Amino acid sequence: METLKAEKKEKKQETTMRITGAEAIIHCLLAEGVDLIYGYPGGAIMPVYDELYKFQDKLTHILTRHEQGAAHAAQGYARVTGRVGVAMATSGPGATNLVTGIADAQIDSTPMVCITGQVTRSLLGSDAFQETDIVGISTPVTKWNYQITRVEEIPEIMAKAFYIAKSGRPGPVLVDITKNAQFDELDFKYEKCTGVRSYKPVPEPDASAIEKAAELINNAKRPYIIFGQGVILGEAESELKALVEKGGIPAAWTILGLSAMETDHPLNMGMVGMHGNYGPNVLTNECDVLIAIGMRFDDRVTGNLATYAKQAKIIHFEIDPAEVNKNVRVDVAVLGNAKETLGMLLPLINKNEHKEWLAEFEKKHKIEFETVIEKDIYPTKEGLTMGEVMEQINIASGDNAVIVSDVGQHQMIACRYAKFKETKSNITSGGLGTMGFGLPAAIGAKMGAMDREVVAIIGDGGYQMTIQELGVIFQHNVPVKIVVLNNDHLGMVRQWQELFFESRYASTVMTNPDFVKIAEGYHIKARRVVQRSELKDAVEEMIASKDPYFLEVKVEKEDNVFPMIPTGASVADIRLK
Amino acid sequence: MEKQWYTISVYSENNVGLLNRISGIFLKRHINIEGLNVSKSEIENVSKFTIVIYTTEDWTRKIVQQIEKQVEVIKAFYHTDDDIIYQESALFKIASHLLFDERQIQNIIKESNSQIVTVSREFFVLSKTGRRHEIDEMHDALEPYGIMQFVRSGRIAVTKAAMPISEILKEFQEN
Repeated sequence: METLKAEKKEKKQETTMRITGAEAIIHCLLAEGVDLIYGYPGGAIMPVYDELYKFQDKLTHILTRHEQGAAHAAQGYARVTGRVGVAMATSGPGATNLVTGIADAQIDSTPMVCITGQVTRSLLGSDAFQETDIVGISTPVTKWNYQITRVEEIPEIMAKAFYIAKSGRPGPVLVDITKNAQFDELDFKYEKCTGVRSYKPVPEPDASAIEKAAELINNAKRPYIIFGQGVILGEAESELKALVEKGGIPAAWTILGLSAMETDHPLNMGMVGMHGNYGPNVLTNECDVLIAIGMRFDDRVTGNLATYAKQAKIIHFEIDPAEVNKNVRVDVAVLGNAKETLGMLLPLINKNEHKEWLAEFEKKHKIEFETVIEKDIYPTKEGLTMGEVMEQINIASGDNAVIVSDVGQHQMIACRYAKFKETKSNITSGGLGTMGFGLPAAIGAKMGAMDREVVAIIGDGGYQMTIQELGVIFQHNVPVKIVVLNNDHLGMVRQWQELFFESRYASTVMTNPDFVKIAEGYHIKARRVVQRSELKDAVEEMIASKDPYFLEVKVEKEDNVFPMIPTGASVADIRLK
Repeated sequence: MEKQWYTISVYSENNVGLLNRISGIFLKRHINIEGLNVSKSEIENVSKFTIVIYTTEDWTRKIVQQIEKQVEVIKAFYHTDDDIIYQESALFKIASHLLFDERQIQNIIKESNSQIVTVSREFFVLSKTGRRHEIDEMHDALEPYGIMQFVRSGRIAVTKAAMPISEILKEFQEN
């Protein structure tokens, strides 16, 4: 009995440590395999920063120049690696500055854990210095959030935070930790979370739904796949490709599905949605079976819902039951992880070719190429186009860079023309459309994929929203390649003003600073291109650089992005000019 | 689609902040919560929200899906009035002298099947449990005489059909 007790005691000593809450947070992060976090210190999170100082050999903290940058950098890291990104901030303004990034991660299903400091428990609710109700503020834009007020809660809540952020349909989790819980001590022991009783991250696939889906697909004359980020998040890229090839099914992608399938694949037909490709949009209304995989029928994808794919039987492969029948009524819903459900579907699919149907895409592509693409990529007019810059980047990087874009015209052009061979290579703010996302997200993406070329493509508007993050690139020599496509306008808004507001350019003309000098101020190698003759050389120099590089390209000021589905119009009525 | 009354039952963990998270889902779709009650349920440590809204079935279904998606929600259902047995409660505070001055008040008390909870020199309190329209009728009948205070609770409801929450919880834990 005595020996048993002694053994137990010894075992306890092995597995628990008497440490502060602040140190416990670091051990939780390490136990979750975190080695990189982005953040900004301040009063209510100082005990944790003190521990970060002690653990700097195991856990790298990158000081961004604004908390929004920390959130976006964590997102960029998460998107390129598939791991949970971590951002940290103090209470009050530190926490509220994270909110845009959290909202972006929520709508784009990015796994992220945000840790915020909070005033000490006894001061809660007293309007203390830098107190803000960040749990209340972040509730609508987090998958889950929690305020820790007692030190004992730390290990369990941190484990739960990582589990919830990553499992099922991923999303951001915020953990707010009062200062007393950081200072107090606990007997620390960490166990990873493997389940929460009220939460079922992945629904059980229903074999009969999969059989129904297979039957519809096998009998279809004009089947059509639209895939989204669910394929990437579920790591179902090879299953998707196998389905496309076996069934001979043309496939198009949403903006967040881009790079799940190589762009050069003969059955990859391009992008759907407002500025997507002509065939993929128009033929949505001509297919007989529409197979939606890991996408959520966003309004930018569907245009007018009343006229969207009404002729088709619709099959929806989806992990989140709340997305089924949310925007579009579907005939067959296949719930579950795409890797698993597509894996179950594949053996039931007959080998097929749909030559006549594929020829429809080819015809539509020819029309789009002649009216839009050729002029974008191989312009004959004097002014530089965004499309030709993207094409040069493709060539110089061997179609294999990670492309991080901001929001606006350049983003649509980047997504339309960037070429990809590998998955998780297109990082952009899709659902939220967050200007300022690009630069910090590119820092996170590069640090998550140091062996890959990371090119940030940003407009002159969005660039100036988070331009201060050049400080991070300089301080840590993060070899990101930054391309600013400068048209001296908020280009997308200007385009809408031209088309829908009789060219009244309200607050969309920008008088810009000397971006090259600003980059040079941060000791980043910089170059400006104003003529076509300099473009190829400049892009090659940028890609060849081992260090960070800034390239400004002065593009045509008033170019528009086409095709375009005007708001409220049908996908069938996409405009080519 | 036609609007009607829907009662939403939510079985959840009993955690701080969940009410905020759930009410936010209604806020996001600009739907007013007409009645709200939170209590313990038939299962230990499981809370039950009963929420009444007036909207279309399509919107109700989407809201219930969004509620059920929340990590701490075990299961959410929606019901029409025909699917459930439901009640609301109300308290009426009335000046005591009216009981003697206005004979009609005694008739209202009898006919409405309400109970006198307490009587003091200054006031007496009536309690009424029933359907919304019964409480409204009683309120309308008493109003001409003067009601010092009135309060009505949120709806509470049980379903006619079985609620397999224990089975669902078990299934969650096994997976």
